[in-house]
Amino acid sequence: MGCGTSCSEKDKQSETALKAALIIQNWYRGRRAQLKTRQRYALTIFQSIEYADEQSQLQLSNFFSFMLENYTRVLEEDSDQSKCAIKPELVTHLLGSNIQDKDRQDYLGLIDVPDSYCGPRLQFPLTFTDIDLLIEAFKQQQILHAYYVLEVLFETKKLLQQKPNFTHTKTSPSKEITICGDLHGKLDDLFLIFSKNGLPSVSNPYVFNGDFVDRGKNSMEILMILFVSFLVYPNDLHLNRGNHEDFMMNKRYGFTKEVLNKYKLHGKKILQILEDIYTWLPIGTIIDNEILVVHGGISDSTDLNLLHRIERNKWKSVLMPPIPIDGDRATEKENKVGTTITARGIRTNGSLSEQLTKHEWEQVVDILWSDPRGKRGCYPNTSRGGGCYFGPDVTSRILNKYQLKMLIRSHECKPEGYEICHDGKVITLFSASNYYEEGSNRGAYIRVSSGTPPRFFQYQMTRATCLRPHYQRVNALESSAIRMLKERMISQKTDLIRVFQLQDCSKSGKLSVGQWAFSMENVLGLNLPWRSLSSRLVTIDKDGNIDYMSSFQDIHIQKPVKEAQYTLIETVYRYRSDLQIIFNVIDSDHSGLISMEEFRSMWKLFTSYYSVCIDDSQIDELAERMDLNKDGSIDFNEFLKAFYVVHKFDKLNKSDTKFA
Amino acid sequence: MADDRSREGTETAVAEFHKKIKEAFEVFDHESNNTVDVREIGTIIRSLGCCPSEGELHDLIAEVEEEEPTGYIRFEKFLPVMTEVLLERRYRPIPEDILLRAFEVLDPAKRGFLSKEELIKYMTEEGEPFSQEEMEEMLSAAVDPESNSIHFKDYITMMVIDEN
Repeated sequence: MGCGTSCSEKDKQSETALKAALIIQNWYRGRRAQLKTRQRYALTIFQSIEYADEQSQLQLSNFFSFMLENYTRVLEEDSDQSKCAIKPELVTHLLGSNIQDKDRQDYLGLIDVPDSYCGPRLQFPLTFTDIDLLIEAFKQQQILHAYYVLEVLFETKKLLQQKPNFTHTKTSPSKEITICGDLHGKLDDLFLIFSKNGLPSVSNPYVFNGDFVDRGKNSMEILMILFVSFLVYPNDLHLNRGNHEDFMMNKRYGFTKEVLNKYKLHGKKILQILEDIYTWLPIGTIIDNEILVVHGGISDSTDLNLLHRIERNKWKSVLMPPIPIDGDRATEKENKVGTTITARGIRTNGSLSEQLTKHEWEQVVDILWSDPRGKRGCYPNTSRGGGCYFGPDVTSRILNKYQLKMLIRSHECKPEGYEICHDGKVITLFSASNYYEEGSNRGAYIRVSSGTPPRFFQYQMTRATCLRPHYQRVNALESSAIRMLKERMISQKTDLIRVFQLQDCSKSGKLSVGQWAFSMENVLGLNLPWRSLSSRLVTIDKDGNIDYMSSFQDIHIQKPVKEAQYTLIETVYRYRSDLQIIFNVIDSDHSGLISMEEFRSMWKLFTSYYSVCIDDSQIDELAERMDLNKDGSIDFNEFLKAFYVVHKFDKLNKSDTKFA
Repeated sequence: MADDRSREGTETAVAEFHKKIKEAFEVFDHESNNTVDVREIGTIIRSLGCCPSEGELHDLIAEVEEEEPTGYIRFEKFLPVMTEVLLERRYRPIPEDILLRAFEVLDPAKRGFLSKEELIKYMTEEGEPFSQEEMEEMLSAAVDPESNSIHFKDYITMMVIDEN
């Protein structure tokens, strides 16, 4: 049935249009998939580096344990106590001193809230109006006066002490409970959740599953809102401890800095009380006797009955194992402290009570640090250095053992804000959107009630009023991740070059992709898709071989003084976060200065523990050259600030990363 | 001799392909148990530089799925199929000039641009139609907000530069 030439022409036209459309669609889908993959790669980079940092943190904590262990030996051996880096104040600082209630009145009585203060003024006993007040004030970027902060903290501690290790709560068809994951100081996300889901109240209960602080710049404000809400609705606002509710983590991940910056006068006191409060935060929440909510996860040895019974406030930092010390922790020389330090990897004297304490401590670490994985069984969590990886069989067994149906946990950033695994039995919930970088991930929260499946809500904060095109967002995300990775690479440049050269027998400066990938993985200890990332990190020639020195061409570590030896510079740069924390801990009066002797003996301990082969005299010389020796004291912040990385193609010298 | 060398060459090439495929797979293997959600397979295949059409993708998925589809694809099944695809250099990406010509075909009046409505019509009604999400994403990058049209030559150039 023909209809003439015009019809067949039309057919041909539409056939060509069809083919053209197919070509464009095909191309676009390929492009889109590549963008999505690059986004995932960026996330993987951020995550690997984050976990590697956590490992460093654990190593550092072990170093502190090592220092404490050596403390007594040093006390016994060293006649000149003034030269000792490990002063008694340091021990107290690390092991903690308990704030008495009488401290409160003494301290608060001395603080005056001036009339000129125009921030929020809380009225005790607190009511819901105070919650509103705080939220409005924080939206306008006001800072709550230290007096009120301390009042809230003292009250919170008092109330937390009355709570059991696990909060048991019930829902009903008309009363759902909302569960939120990590917030990490991202106040905007909390505001978004409250605006979408309503403020906490008796009819709108919440569980906040840990990691309220660190990284984001409003950790203090988040804590204040959460604690005030807790004080107003103690039976409907539930808080679980996360691995970042820990003074050691706060020193590395920014919260300590935030507090000291915002509260120059009273910051130290605030930090002191917070350290206490952390230890009193409940370990988890159990909903309807069916759902277990904890921050990290479980292990195959998780014993909920034991966890219900332990004294949870025993460990100041979950990173530092319990250190029972016989007798007084007095600082006089005469009182020979008979120390038996029980710690992972360090000797124990085997007494029963110490073994029990160690076992209890491991249980808590597992709850706060573990991650679920698809592989069956239970394995040490090698990425983070603490807790374990637990498989679906472990989940089934533990849930069955305690007649539970589901585990809700947080602790891991997920691109969609949540993830379900282990056959629907484990939900990961993460509530800080754009956690690593603008565009890195969404946040989510869930609402549960007995008898109905949980409902998920996702969101993503954005600064702009309209989103940039996808490819621009991915580019920005990727650049940020690659930059961070390159900084990692340059901090281990010497080791990398050594390994590259070992394999480059012909000294051509080139390696195969396989050889290069192998070297990178082994030296940096990061499990990344090196082959896929190679084009962003090195120059590849037309034969597919890698010019391994090319990654170091556009980046270098700034030399603080001309004559400084490269390996020393690299070492200080590499361990700068650890050194920052160590010096911070020694500087017990937060003056920013430590004595040259403390600096030297700390450096000596550090290099021996971390097996760093640097001559001690070099660091001395460097400090001298940098002219930071101020009458026998060194300004260590100035010292460390002088070690930073320069990216050649930067307009501004962005020296370091979000993880400082 | 030459045969041995070329076989050795192919073996190394295969080994390298295996590693590349494993890397791409692992990024989407959230639980680290060597499986990925079937909905991510298209992304993985495309990330390895191949450009199958949706139809070709369906065929590939059928090859790597279990006898009784579970919604998950196992690495052991994916690897050999994907290695073949890479070795045979199947589903090569579209060269820039062909892409340009495709746009030009849709612009017979040779204006040098397509209106937003025209692009939407073609992409959502012809060929293997876009989902709403895909369409919105393409528009956000391609549309010139002042003229509400797509200057496809500039658009292509921009995308190509970005890729490299």
